[in-house]
Order: sequence, then C-alpha cells, then structure tokens
Amino acid sequence: MEIATSWYLGLGAVLFILGVLGVLFRRNVIVVLMSVELMLNAVNLTLVALGQTMGDTAGQILVFFVMSVAAAEAAVGLAIVIAMFRNKLSVDVNDFNLFKY
Amino acid sequence: MGIQLLFFVLSAFAILGALGMLLSRNPVSSALWLVLNLFCIAGLYLTLNATFIAVVQVLVYAGAIMVLFLFVIMLLNLSAGQGRRQFSFRLALAYVLGVIVLAQFTYVLASGMGMLPDPVPVAAAVASGSPTTLAKELFTRYALLLEVIGLLLLAATIGAVVLARKREVL
Repeated sequence: MEIATSWYLGLGAVLFILGVLGVLFRRNVIVVLMSVELMLNAVNLTLVALGQTMGDTAGQILVFFVMSVAAAEAAVGLAIVIAMFRNKLSVDVNDFNLFKY
Repeated sequence: MGIQLLFFVLSAFAILGALGMLLSRNPVSSALWLVLNLFCIAGLYLTLNATFIAVVQVLVYAGAIMVLFLFVIMLLNLSAGQGRRQFSFRLALAYVLGVIVLAQFTYVLASGMGMLPDPVPVAAAVASGSPTTLAKELFTRYALLLEVIGLLLLAATIGAVVLARKREVL
C-alpha cells in the first residue's frame, strides 16, 4: 500500500499554517525566525512529495538549494538579532521599531 | 499498512512538535520542540524514498541550524518572558489572516484532489531519491547553481560576522 500524495500536501499545509501563526503571534524574534524555518520545511516536504511522485529529481535539487538559503538566512538573521539585542537589550519584536516611519 | 501507520505517527509527532514550538514560553524548549519536528520530517522523507534529502535534513537542519539557534538563545541569556502577545486589534487581524491562508490552502488542496499526478513505481522513486542520481544532476546540470550557492554561503558568513561584530558607535 502506498501513501497518497495529497496526505503529504495536507501535512505540508498544516505545518505551513502553524509557521504563519508563529510569525504572526509570537513576540520573541528568535521564535519568529524558527517559525520561518518551519514554513521552509513545510514547503520542502511538498517539493519532495511531488518530486518523488513524478519520479523527478528537480524537486529534491530545489530542496537542497532551499536548505542552503535557509542556512544562510538563519546565520544572517541571528546575527541581526545579536546586533539588535546589543542596542535595545531585548528580543521583543515590539521593541524593534527602528524603521517605523 | 505498516508504512501508512508510520506516516500517521510521524505526521502526528511533526504537528505536535510545531504546536509545542508555537505554544511553549521558553525559547529553549521552543527550539527543542522544533528539533522533534525536523526529525519527524526527516522520517517522512524516508517514507518518500528520498534518502539523501533525509540525511541532509538531519545534518543541516536538526544539526547545524538548530545548534546555531540554541547557541544564540543561550548567548543572549533570555528569560522565559512573555510568550504570546497581549490581545489587541492587530492580534485579531493576525488571527483572521491566518484563517484566510488556511482556507486558501484547504480550497487549493480540495480542488486539486483529482489533478494530482499518478505516482511512479516505487523502484523509480528509490532511484530518483538516491545520492548517486542527485549527485549526477547536481554536478552536471546544476553545477553553476552549486557554485552560486557556495558564494551565497560565503557572503552570508561574512555578513553574519560583520553584523554581529562589536563596535563602539552604531
């Protein structure tokens, strides 16, 4: 018995929604970054599921590149968090209003 | 039947990990819940016969990226402060936006049920997920992109060092 592709897509959608809710609701900027990682993972899951269903390697190659970009994003994002923490002594997104008109 | 049971257990734990990350107040326990989620997704890649991606998922995500997160959390010495935001108009708006996105996903999934591609035989899926096939593609057809990704990672490393460096005036 095989697992239907739509189940993987449904799971990917649920994980993506949980990531969106984390970005919208949480105040700790590190948890917001982790939610972004969760969303990237959900998209990776759908890419691998569709690629393997069609027997195409392009989906997995794309997942490989998405992982590299996610690693770069995490490194730069956490460096920005450290720089902001040094200025404001806080990781609360409500305190980061440097660019607010 | 066994592989379906495995799928349900893994996806239940993946959703549990995501919920735990969302709801726990301490950032360290958030990170550890996310590690559980990432391991479950690696297991799901294995059920899809994508062995190489599963190993890379454990190495890169559950290993490197989460260590980076935990390192920064412990470096900043955060207290387990306020978890979720206070209720406000913006919170209600955020909730409505989340529900709208969920509805769109559900609609797209439900309307696309009949349009999903027919699965290839298991042997073909195993072949397309093997490191040999992926390496052949990666170092021939996508060789230029691989170099570009290497440059991107170098730029990100330098950028992270420059951003996190201590300086007198900002």
